[in-house]
Amino acid sequence: MKKFIGFVQKEFYHIFRDKRSLFILFGMPIAQILLFGFAISNEINNVDIAVLNKADDKNSIEIIENLQASKYFNVLEELQSEKEIEKAFQKGKIKAVVTFEKDFAKNLQRLQASKLQIITDATNPNIANTITNYINSILTKYSHISLKQNTSPELVGTESRMLFNPALESVYMFVPGVMTVILMLVSAMMTSISITREKEVGSMEILLVSPLKPITVIVGKVVPYIFLSIINATVIVLLSVFVFQMPIVGSLSWLALESILFIITSLSLGILISTLSSTQQTAMMISLMGLMLPTILLSGFIFPIESMPLPLQVISNIIPAKWFIIILKSIMLKGVGFGFFWKETLILLFMTFVFLSISIKKYKIRLA
Amino acid sequence: MSLHINNISKSFKDLKAVKHISLEVKENELFGLIGPDGAGKTTLFRILASLLLPDEGSANVAGFDVIKDYKKLRKNIGYMPGKFSLYQDLTVEENLNFFATIFDTNIEENYDLIKDIYIQIEPFKKRKAGDLSGGMKQKLALSCALIHKPKVLFLDEPTTGVDPVSRKEFWDMLKKLQKKDITIFVSTPYMDEAALCDRIAFINQGEILQVDTPSAIVKNFAKEVINIRTNSIYKSLQVLGKYQYTHSNYPFGESLHYMDSRDDFDPNEIKKHLEDEGIEDVEVQLITPEIEDIFMELSRE
Repeated sequence: MKKFIGFVQKEFYHIFRDKRSLFILFGMPIAQILLFGFAISNEINNVDIAVLNKADDKNSIEIIENLQASKYFNVLEELQSEKEIEKAFQKGKIKAVVTFEKDFAKNLQRLQASKLQIITDATNPNIANTITNYINSILTKYSHISLKQNTSPELVGTESRMLFNPALESVYMFVPGVMTVILMLVSAMMTSISITREKEVGSMEILLVSPLKPITVIVGKVVPYIFLSIINATVIVLLSVFVFQMPIVGSLSWLALESILFIITSLSLGILISTLSSTQQTAMMISLMGLMLPTILLSGFIFPIESMPLPLQVISNIIPAKWFIIILKSIMLKGVGFGFFWKETLILLFMTFVFLSISIKKYKIRLA
Repeated sequence: MSLHINNISKSFKDLKAVKHISLEVKENELFGLIGPDGAGKTTLFRILASLLLPDEGSANVAGFDVIKDYKKLRKNIGYMPGKFSLYQDLTVEENLNFFATIFDTNIEENYDLIKDIYIQIEPFKKRKAGDLSGGMKQKLALSCALIHKPKVLFLDEPTTGVDPVSRKEFWDMLKKLQKKDITIFVSTPYMDEAALCDRIAFINQGEILQVDTPSAIVKNFAKEVINIRTNSIYKSLQVLGKYQYTHSNYPFGESLHYMDSRDDFDPNEIKKHLEDEGIEDVEVQLITPEIEDIFMELSRE
């Protein structure tokens, strides 16, 4: 035990004296979360749109007022005919056109259904989609509130409700993602680098000749990073709650427990990488290319897994981040209990077990 | 016997690094493994420190088999690799403390053993190991290798890259340590250090050439060595290279050493031959062979 404490102490010396890794450790999470929060955003704000109101009656005007009143849209132009629509788009200022049919209010009264067309500029499909959804949700609200006395609730267009993230705030999407990427990166890359550094510098030779057990070396390497990663996870959660007003619906203790589990999974992956590589550079390349990219691209963080081709969907299953993001979303956004994510938890546990057993088996008690 | 090496061989791919080496080192002996770079010294050290498995043969260090009893063996040896392998970002004191801790001991317990060495670097104990000079690094590495009072100490080229004064100090320390009941197995590419060992083994291209005390090796050397000084060593080497009786000749410091192929000859004959070839200021002198001469001769065979 004394040996173990001595070893962990030494690891902390390494970490705190290496200003560069310290910077990566604590600077990166903050930088990333702020970057994703402010710069990379799928939200829309004050989007310029145009309307083509052929009806010009009470309901259509009210709807236009509603659109204008929301913080998302700014009605820039009133078009006079369909011909002007394409021109309006070509000028590039407006992103969408809302068209009302001729007898909008009348149809609404008589047929209890009326037609409204949303035309969007799909050069950026994500934004086009979001705009459509926003307009839809304003229409739905309108038909619920303003037309309440007018019989049917389903008067206008489609009905789509944005559950758990009604305002489609992108911060809800990226916080679980960024947290996953950072925990994965810090844990896996830092441990693999710190173990391979011993090999590269030659101190591994002395450690091997000492009576230290492999398990002491491995666990001693991992413990400091568990601490640091927990701090990181806390920083990310605090930032997202206080800077981006992200609500955490579910239980904090489950969030903590599952985060620790994922940290350990990533650490064991880091150990595995270090047993496979002999220089810091290889370890870093494997961590970056082999972990970062799949974690970002295949975990459902940025691109939905459901819309990937089947082979990629299958591959995504072996990526620990995918399961952790599901867990995080369940806890943070849906607020559901363990009953809803025990499967994902089991998968992570199993992965950890596999990584650790391979690494201990592959850990060399001798050189070469 | 403190060290017992029996017919050890080790290859890396096509390279036979160590070929059928057998050696014995006595208790508390200061044993030197002398050979140039790439002779197989480090490989042999790593095998003895249980860091590499030999392809064939067996070795026994302080009573423990290097393959089967490697766990017990590792508690009883001190190993100082050729490359400085301590933690550069830790201070002198932290390094020493760390190695004491992982060997289940502390600095105080074996302080008398490292005192002579450590006292020289103690003024710098708050300095990071990476900022020490070459000589001080070696002293620290030696202190760390000694902190658990090993029975056998393996020093792989401890004086490479160290200045002549520190080198001499280092060997003085080894002599003292030897008296404290520690067997020392040391390798070096410097022939002048060989004379400081109790016994030496010449190693070249993975093979042991000769094992004996330095004085016996010199005494038993059959060839006579001539030291030659001239106005042009380079030209003299060329002339002697073509001379019919030359056995070997090579530069040695500011002069050159020459061995004749005949058992009996007059050194003045060589002087005359050089002068006939137009070389001036020729001085020839019969000298006691140095370890390096013997090594050169053995390596030729």
